[in-house]
Amino acid sequence: MVSRQASARRLNLLTACCMLPIIYSTGKLMSNPKNFTPPQWATRLLAWYCKPELLEDLQGDLNEYFDRNVKSHGLKRAKLIYIIDVLKFFRLYTIRKPEFLNLIINYFMIGSYIKTSGRSIVRNKLFSFINIVGLAVSMSVGLVLIGVLADVLSYDIFHKKHDRIYRVISRYEYLGDKGNNFMATTSLKSARLIKEGFAGVEEVAILRGYLEGDLQTGERIIPLKGFWANPAIFNVFSFELVQGNPNTALEKPFSLVLTQTSAKKLFGDEEALGKTVILNKDRSYTVTGILKDIPFFSHIKFDMLGSLDTQSIIEKDNWQAEAWDDIWSTWVYLLLPPGANQQSLKDNLDKISAKEDPSVKNTHIELALQPMNKIMFSDSMGNEIGPVLGGTLLWVFSGLAFIVILSACFNYTNLSIARSLRRTREVGVRKVIGAMRNHVVMQFIVEAVIISLCSLVIAVLGFFLLRPHFLGIEPEIQKMFTLQLSPLVMVYFLLFAIFIGMAAGLFPSLFFANVKTIEVLKNTSAFKGRKKITGRKVLTVIQYSISIILVSASIGVYRQYQHYIAFDLGFNTENILNIELQGNKAALLRKEIQELPEVKGISQSLIVTSVGNNWGTNMKYPGSPNDSTAVSFNSIDENYMPLHGHQLVAGRNFLPKPDSAKESEVIVNQQVLKRFNIGGQDPEKALGDVLRVDQKDLTIVGVMKDFQYGRANNQTSKEILFRYEPAKAQVLNVKIQSNDLIATYDKIEAIWKKIDPIHPFEAKFYNEQIEAAFAGLSATLKLAGFLAFLAICIASLGLLGMVVFTTEIRLKEISIRKVLGASEGKLLYLLGKGFIFLLLIATLISLPIVIFFFEKVVFPSTANHAPLNLAEMLLGVLAILLIALLMIGSQTLKVAKTNPAEVLKNE
Amino acid sequence: MKGTNLGEFEELVLLTIATLVNEAYSVAICDDLEKKTNRSVKLGVVHSVLNRLEEKGFVKSKLGEATSTRGGKRKRYYTITNAGKSALLKVKELRDQYWSIIPELSLKRI
Repeated sequence: MVSRQASARRLNLLTACCMLPIIYSTGKLMSNPKNFTPPQWATRLLAWYCKPELLEDLQGDLNEYFDRNVKSHGLKRAKLIYIIDVLKFFRLYTIRKPEFLNLIINYFMIGSYIKTSGRSIVRNKLFSFINIVGLAVSMSVGLVLIGVLADVLSYDIFHKKHDRIYRVISRYEYLGDKGNNFMATTSLKSARLIKEGFAGVEEVAILRGYLEGDLQTGERIIPLKGFWANPAIFNVFSFELVQGNPNTALEKPFSLVLTQTSAKKLFGDEEALGKTVILNKDRSYTVTGILKDIPFFSHIKFDMLGSLDTQSIIEKDNWQAEAWDDIWSTWVYLLLPPGANQQSLKDNLDKISAKEDPSVKNTHIELALQPMNKIMFSDSMGNEIGPVLGGTLLWVFSGLAFIVILSACFNYTNLSIARSLRRTREVGVRKVIGAMRNHVVMQFIVEAVIISLCSLVIAVLGFFLLRPHFLGIEPEIQKMFTLQLSPLVMVYFLLFAIFIGMAAGLFPSLFFANVKTIEVLKNTSAFKGRKKITGRKVLTVIQYSISIILVSASIGVYRQYQHYIAFDLGFNTENILNIELQGNKAALLRKEIQELPEVKGISQSLIVTSVGNNWGTNMKYPGSPNDSTAVSFNSIDENYMPLHGHQLVAGRNFLPKPDSAKESEVIVNQQVLKRFNIGGQDPEKALGDVLRVDQKDLTIVGVMKDFQYGRANNQTSKEILFRYEPAKAQVLNVKIQSNDLIATYDKIEAIWKKIDPIHPFEAKFYNEQIEAAFAGLSATLKLAGFLAFLAICIASLGLLGMVVFTTEIRLKEISIRKVLGASEGKLLYLLGKGFIFLLLIATLISLPIVIFFFEKVVFPSTANHAPLNLAEMLLGVLAILLIALLMIGSQTLKVAKTNPAEVLKNE
Repeated sequence: MKGTNLGEFEELVLLTIATLVNEAYSVAICDDLEKKTNRSVKLGVVHSVLNRLEEKGFVKSKLGEATSTRGGKRKRYYTITNAGKSALLKVKELRDQYWSIIPELSLKRI
């Protein structure tokens, strides 16, 4: 009895299934006389929830009522009533039961789906190849992204209480200027106030910069870096002590905790605990603990920790760290109890600010809390304790990866639907035999997933190829990511591939599921697939637009990069080697280097300008006593200006003086004259005037031409001073004239090793430093260029598929044309013109977007930019079009050259 | 099986189906009921009653021909079954029985 019922029901479904297409088509023919139709979505909603055997009747009734209501109440009212009625019909007896039978069928059929999918993949080798390669190429980018995300997510989770650790960040406001952003650091004072007066904070860990220098034990000297820290650090973080007591290790002054690696460097295999080391040939410290090495995925990294109390003893003469506004070098981390109330904490922090602000004139410091788990995801906020990825970068990268992947999915959709006519009949037969919509959907999704899994294999290879390049984009990236393949990451990869398969297969499967059985089976015309051709054209145009946008944007960025590298900074950087003194006496090194015949001159300076460094102070001009302004400066010696070719507008260069002489002179740039209107902005008259800088009166002895002090792309004009403080020099600038720069470099390095055997020689040519200053730009360039390459690959593959498909379809037509006398050139034109038209549309869409992007978004916020070079961009576009034309040409030529007899004899 | 008792509205619908003979489909039943009883009859209610009657075996239904009205959808026509007929008769008998034993006076007094 039961089985008979079931089979009867099944039969019912089958007939309903076959009838439906007819009903739909008749429904379309007999539209309402005045074309008033009920809202489509409501009709679809009804069809979705309603039992199929009740559906037709209900729909009919609703339609009849709708017609009636249109006449009596008007269209709007009728629609409303229709919608309400549809909702009201949602009753227990009308709802479709979940069809377990279907699930079981799907389960049984999966084997069959895999088999047929495999066959169809093998049958259409070219299309499968294009699909698999296209997906693989884009997926490899996705895999890199997953690797990056997995790495970022694994940061700091080794701390047992990582979700309860917060960092105190602060924002500096001077004279109500709200221009500053939050910084990762805060003041030592705020840390103490939080520790003393705060309910709801379990522990306060303090890290203070900068403990660094040469550690000496016996004969061995090793340079190490670290922080001053308070004992609470071991309670907040899970840095593990292998030896020593975490409660007392950092308690007493002059205690030092080393990591295992640094202990090994210093002491070899000897026991390190309890030993004494000397820091910077000055004070001796006791090793009170050995730390397990800091995990790679920690945003705080160091070689050693010194007890915080030490610092106040060492810097006794100059101890300002307790000031409220000394917020530049202390990192404070709080351990909060579970479920702490953020708002009340913030209120308390605001109260501290309100109380302490009056202690410093004109200054407001705002404190806030940042969860430690978010540090790696946030944009770098200044004074970071280590490199952070930055949310913006992550978003940009994700967005680009998404575009590339989307493009590959487009391809899949495009090609699957393009060759649909070969599959529609299969689907038709399946449907007649009893497959339902969702079975067909399932089948094509399984097929897409199989293809994407094949792609995954290639994509993983691509991932390994890409990894070193990605890590090499910027040195910082190498410090932050490993992109290791952990089991978890592999699971992510697999899920990603399945997801991509489903996403790519969604549209084709819906397309096939909507195939009208009867029409497919009776209609022998091969041109059924053509209906959707506009959709595919749109896809092609989008893909090419993306490619052109990426390519021309890369070209535009490259142009800017070139422009900045060769930018006229206002002085000469040619063949100048900048050597970091690293605490060595300049004079000694100078004397030795000077003796090399290739060296044309040596000067000393505090910093290297024009690469993004900035040293600032405040200055006052007695002529306008109430006005003080921030000013950037460089401290130099008398050789600096001639060596770099800085030009004086008036006055003279510094005169040599002994290191011990009091600072009394200054050279200013023209902006300074403008700022204070010194001497009516006449350089000659300004000479001899006095500026007050750092509580010193400095006489203007020279006025120099403006030059680029900061990086060429972020500052145009600024007030700049050159001060004469040779003793403060940190950099030696060596001008070299030699045919073999590398040999000279090696000679200088040999001299360095003789004078300072401990520290590695750190010297770079000025031009290299300028290039390094634009490393971010060049990284963007590499990334964009690479993605552009991918986008072109994918778009080209897609186009190839389209061309092959359309020419195949028109093979017979072309043969007949040929028989009737068409020339190959004409055929080429006939086949290719459609595609060329599409490419032109893509160009017309994308170029204005790129130009708009540069002109309105990029240029207004970058100084000294180069103008857009349209010709170069067009050249890039032309290259893309050429590749496309080559493909179209080769395929169409192949078809145009086929012997018509071969094709037509089969008829 | 559920009870075979007829509710008041069910009875009315069943009677309407009987009176409409071959033209009994949901909208027609609705209209007829509205006209005769002078109360607003909701389509949804009629549908669920028809569904219940069919479950109880009092009516049977079949789909008619497609027409140009109703957006090309077919009508579902209901006819009364023997079980339906007997159920109606039973109700009527029951009522008649009660009517027959009411003393004439008691009604007149009201």
